[in-house]
Amino acid sequence: MSKLHITTSINGDQTEFLCNSDESLLDVLRDRLHLTGAKEGCGSGDCGACSVTLNGRLVCSCLVLAAETEGAEIATIEGMADGEKLHPLQRKFLEHAALQCGVCTPGILVAAKALLEKNPDPTETELRYWLAGNLCRCTGYDKIINAVMDAAAEMRGA
Amino acid sequence: MQYAAPETGQQAAQLLAEGTGISRVLAGGTDILVQMKAGMIEPDLLVDIKNIKGIRDITPEDGGFRIGAAVSGAELNEHAGVCAMWPGVAEAFDLIGSTQVQGRCTLAGNLCNASPAADSVPAIVAAGAIARITGPNGDRDCPVGDIPIAPGKTSLAKGEFVSSILLPARPANASDAYLRFIPRTEMDIAVCSVGVSLTLDASGICTHARVALGAVAPTVLLVEDAANALIGSKLDDAALAALGAACTAACKPINDKRGTIAFREDVTAVLAKRAAGIAQQRAGGPL
Repeated sequence: MSKLHITTSINGDQTEFLCNSDESLLDVLRDRLHLTGAKEGCGSGDCGACSVTLNGRLVCSCLVLAAETEGAEIATIEGMADGEKLHPLQRKFLEHAALQCGVCTPGILVAAKALLEKNPDPTETELRYWLAGNLCRCTGYDKIINAVMDAAAEMRGA
Repeated sequence: MQYAAPETGQQAAQLLAEGTGISRVLAGGTDILVQMKAGMIEPDLLVDIKNIKGIRDITPEDGGFRIGAAVSGAELNEHAGVCAMWPGVAEAFDLIGSTQVQGRCTLAGNLCNASPAADSVPAIVAAGAIARITGPNGDRDCPVGDIPIAPGKTSLAKGEFVSSILLPARPANASDAYLRFIPRTEMDIAVCSVGVSLTLDASGICTHARVALGAVAPTVLLVEDAANALIGSKLDDAALAALGAACTAACKPINDKRGTIAFREDVTAVLAKRAAGIAQQRAGGPL
C-alpha cells in the first residue's frame, strides 16, 4: 500500500514525512525523523516514556497514529532546551540527581513542563497525580518530585 | 490497513458501511490502538472521526450539554458548565487512565469499548445520557445504557457510530456522584463502581434517582430497586441500608484477580451509600 504523506510542525519546525497507516507517531519520531528522545517503554500507554504534546495536550506518542498528525503541532523533549541552555526543569533534574538510567526522563520532563504551563504552583499531591502515568523504576520518585517542585519555584520567581 | 479521516458524519458512516473486512472507529485511540498493538484485532479500515465538523465541541442544548464524540477527558474536565451541572460524570471520566490518556480518551469511546469496568459508563447511565448514533441512513438517538450488550460488544449496526452524547438538563437541587474501588489510588481498573444521580424537593426529600453499577456484571446495571430505596426519603439510615441491599442483590459479579464475588457485593453497597451522600450534598442537601 502507498505511504501517507503527512505535514506537521515538530518543535516549531514544519516537517514532512511518509508513513504507513498503522505506524505510531513514536515510531515516526524515532525511526524516520531520528528524534530519539521519546522512548518506547510499554507501547501501550502505561509508562509515559514516549510522552509528547500534540496540539498542546500531553499524550503518549505510542498511542497516536502518525497519520493523525496532519496539520498538528507536536512538541518533544528535543525542543525543550534553548540551544545549549537547559530548561529549568532539566537543570533541576541534574541538580537533584532525579534520574538514574534515564529512560523515563524525557517523558517526565515533557509531562512536568505541560503541568507547569497549566498550573505554575502545583501542590506535591497534584504533581504526583499528574505524573502517575510516568513510571520510573530507578529513583523511587522522590527526587523527581523534589526537582519539579524546585524548578516550579524558580520559574515562578523568574 | 486503510486509514480514512472523513469530514462529515455521513461520509464516515458510508465508509464504515461499505468496509468489507474489519472496520473500526478511531477517536482517542486509547483502546483501539492498544488492541491493535496487542494483536487482538487487525482492522482493514480505520475511520478517524476527529476531522468531522463539530465532533470536538461541547455545545449547550435544551439546558444540558451535547458532548462531541471526540471531546477528550482533559477538555471535558476544563469545561466549567459541564463540571458544575454533572460533577459525577466529570469525576468518573477524569478517573480514566493517566494525564496522557486523558489528553485523548473520549466518553463515546469508553462507552463503545464496552468494558464492564468502564468508569464513565455508570455515571452517564445514571445521568440518563442519550447517545446520538450516526449511520448510513441518518441519525438516531439511544439511551447510552442500551449500547453495551456484552463485554466488548455493542448494539450498533454496521455503519453506525456514536457521534455525540447528550447530558440532559437537570432541575434545581439535583446532582450526581461516582465512586469506584481500586486497590491503589490511581491508574487502575474498577473492581466495582457506582454512579448515583438524584433530585431533591424543597424539603430535601429525594424525588428522582438513578443508580448504576459498574464492573459487577457483563454490562453496566441500572438498578431500579436501588433508586426506589432513595425516592421519598431524606436519605436516612434506613433508606441508605435499603439502597445498599438493593445494589448487593443486583450485582452479578465474577471472581477474578481484582476481587471476589463476595467482596464486590459488599463494597458495591458501601460505595452506593457514599455516592448517594455525596450527590445529596452536591444537590444542596440534606435540607
